[in-house]
Amino acid sequence: MNFRPKDIVPQLITVIAVVLIFGFFTYNAQINMENRGIDFGYGFLSQESSFDVQFSLIEYDGSHSYFRAYLVGLLNTILVSVIGIIIATILGVIVGVARLSPNYLINKFAAFYVEFFRNIPLLLQIFFWYFAALRALPLPQDAEAIFGIFFLTIKGLYVPAFIWQNFNVFFYSIVAAVIAIIVIRIHAKKVQESQGKQIPVFFISIGLIFILPLLSFLLGGVSLSFEVPVLKQLATTSFIYEGGVSLPPELIALTLSLSLYTATFIAECVRAGIQGVGKGQKEAAASIGLTPNQVLKLVIMPQALRIIIPPTTNQYLNLTKNSSLAAAIAYPDLVLVFAGTALMQTGKAIEIVSITMFTYLTLSISISILMNWYNKKIAIQEK
Amino acid sequence: MSKVNFLKPDKANLNTFLYLGTFLFFISIFDVFLNSFFNVNLTGFLPNFLSFLLPLILGFIGLYFIRIEYSGIKNLDLLNKHINTNNFNAILSLLIIFVIIKSLPPILSWFVIDASFAGDTKDVCTGSGACWTYIKVWMRRFMYGMYPNAEQWRINLSFISLVLLGAVGYFATDRFKKYLTLYYVVIYPLIAFLFIFFFISGGPVFFDFSYGIIAAILSIIIGFFIPSKFRFYYFLIVPILLYIVLKYFIFFEEYIELGKLDGLNWVETGAWGGLSLTFIISFFCLIFCFPIGMAFALGRRSGFPLIRYISVGFIEFWRGVPLITVLFMSAVMFPMFLPEDFFIDKLVRAIIAISLFEAAYVAEVIRGGLQALPRGQYEAAKSLGMGYWKMHIFVILPQALKLVIPGIANTFLALVKDTPLIFVVGLLEIVGMLNLAKTNPKWLGFAMEGYVFAAIIFWIICYAMSKYSYNLEQKYKTDR
Repeated sequence: MNFRPKDIVPQLITVIAVVLIFGFFTYNAQINMENRGIDFGYGFLSQESSFDVQFSLIEYDGSHSYFRAYLVGLLNTILVSVIGIIIATILGVIVGVARLSPNYLINKFAAFYVEFFRNIPLLLQIFFWYFAALRALPLPQDAEAIFGIFFLTIKGLYVPAFIWQNFNVFFYSIVAAVIAIIVIRIHAKKVQESQGKQIPVFFISIGLIFILPLLSFLLGGVSLSFEVPVLKQLATTSFIYEGGVSLPPELIALTLSLSLYTATFIAECVRAGIQGVGKGQKEAAASIGLTPNQVLKLVIMPQALRIIIPPTTNQYLNLTKNSSLAAAIAYPDLVLVFAGTALMQTGKAIEIVSITMFTYLTLSISISILMNWYNKKIAIQEK
Repeated sequence: MSKVNFLKPDKANLNTFLYLGTFLFFISIFDVFLNSFFNVNLTGFLPNFLSFLLPLILGFIGLYFIRIEYSGIKNLDLLNKHINTNNFNAILSLLIIFVIIKSLPPILSWFVIDASFAGDTKDVCTGSGACWTYIKVWMRRFMYGMYPNAEQWRINLSFISLVLLGAVGYFATDRFKKYLTLYYVVIYPLIAFLFIFFFISGGPVFFDFSYGIIAAILSIIIGFFIPSKFRFYYFLIVPILLYIVLKYFIFFEEYIELGKLDGLNWVETGAWGGLSLTFIISFFCLIFCFPIGMAFALGRRSGFPLIRYISVGFIEFWRGVPLITVLFMSAVMFPMFLPEDFFIDKLVRAIIAISLFEAAYVAEVIRGGLQALPRGQYEAAKSLGMGYWKMHIFVILPQALKLVIPGIANTFLALVKDTPLIFVVGLLEIVGMLNLAKTNPKWLGFAMEGYVFAAIIFWIICYAMSKYSYNLEQKYKTDR
């Protein structure tokens, strides 16, 4: 092995430059922190946080630690992302398919939706929903019930709470149903590959997912009742709903705008994916006698999914990152709770911003590693 | 006339079905139309539920009757093909038509009919419609932020001149075409910077940085007359020499006062805002993120492992974090990293943060273009004896960049849409100004108008950009 200076010098210069820049920053940071009497360290995480968060999935109040506050923020971020991803996917797939519809009106309607929501900044949309649209909702005492159980008011959406008895049994029955479906699917695929027989997997799966939980109700002693929110008067003009689950308007505005915005991008991914499957594939599949349903299921979708999934995952990542805009409307997500309130209180700028960034970085890198693995798995295996 | 089977429209009884179907279809639309525009319910005598669904049922039957294949009537066939292919599509088409008819009157009345345009106080806004007076009164703030009213001609003049200077490319004759790249990549951004720094902000003309700019411009102009053989060494040495000469021998301290453009007040960047700030930030980030992104794209494909790892680390880091945390970092964390007496303006900090952030995305887009080029291009260039830089500048990058124009345009579009986030560092562009105006006690309750106004502006900008990028894509597609 012979080293040529030509190979070494550029790398050396780059590395030295990077080290110098980082060194410069660390040096300054040390001096600055010394001057201001701040010490570096993550010990504050176990201290008492002494601030409150309006909306939290886990038990939390001011007496808990900063780490607990971090968890609250993280869970709220994840909650908004998961709801957003589900709605955006459903909407995006519908709109994407609608854009390929032969029906002129549907096609244009979908195109209008995509062009409209894609070209307006997300932050503006969030503000619009939160400050303009949701503020036009009625006060709690004037709200009319939707289907008799939901109440959409200026203070948020009130939905009935589920009250379970023996929830474990119900949960296990669902897990059992999912496992059974997976086993049947694998078996069906084997049968199809070896004998060419089709097993109606879809109907069996639907049956299983309904029947097993139903059995748990009949035999396992599971019962479910609803607690409908009830209007309660606090003072002459102040009303709230009691009971049930209340979703704060921040959460509604955020999920609404995130999913409407991201759905436009997902719709474009879906459209590109379906269009990306060659016409010949469809015709070939039809010519060997597959029914339209089979063509879609066995030929088009597997190929289209291969094109659709990578960019769609990217959009999921974008949605998760965009959920940080929650800070603008005071939804207590990771950025607001941790990089906002906690930072103000402790003044530990470097530690807190780095933890926040590291969290997002971990989220996105782990998802992209997962996706790379999945891509490799479904890629066409060329011989 | 043979027996008419109403369950099966056919060509034999074309006219019967056509008249009946058209009649039913128009009745249904007429009903909805009357209902939504004049608030008259034709079918009010029916039970509630039926009255609500009747237009849909009538329209559906009407569309069913006129669904006759190969009728021979051109318009009918067209209609059937486009909105009436089967029952399901017919219902969807009807629903969409109804939704449009239903939603038109409220939208129209809010936007135009019940809206108030005149006057300049809140009192004129008594109608149920929009209060465009609010937008009218606050227009200057939405456009220019806190920039003093008397000085706003400076922004206008700068933007108009910059647009005119930017349009030079369209009028350039073939003789000057070859200089266009140089013009747009080096000279135009410099002119823009000079305009914004000296004219909009009214800063002192001669400070350290401006010596550098003058030196660069002078050396580039002289550079054209230097034989190409020596040009490399010329650019290596002369700009620095010029800088030193300018700084220490020609200009002296007393010129600094002289250099201030007469009558221009200093307007600090905190007062900048509104839509003009959106433009300024997008413009500078666009200029900065492109070369940085290109460098990291090349770095990621470099043969040197250390350079590659550093580039990958940079790109993945910025792509993995949300912009808002980056801006947080630039606001609260970055000052800690600088020497104590060293202060960077918050606008500059925001521009640096957004540029680095977008640069990572640009890098990935350009990398896509580099990867899409066939390897033959690299090999051909190498076999001609070109070195790394020559190969990339003359062979690889021109082709790769052409390939990634749509991707780059999308990134820039995202950049423009991300500019409202600068509220994090305390700069108020148009959305930020809206939030400020909304809380003004004299003008409470007009959030909707403001957001709709900003949405329209952003929509026009972004839609125009996306259409333009689409056109560019089509244009370059034919080239290859």
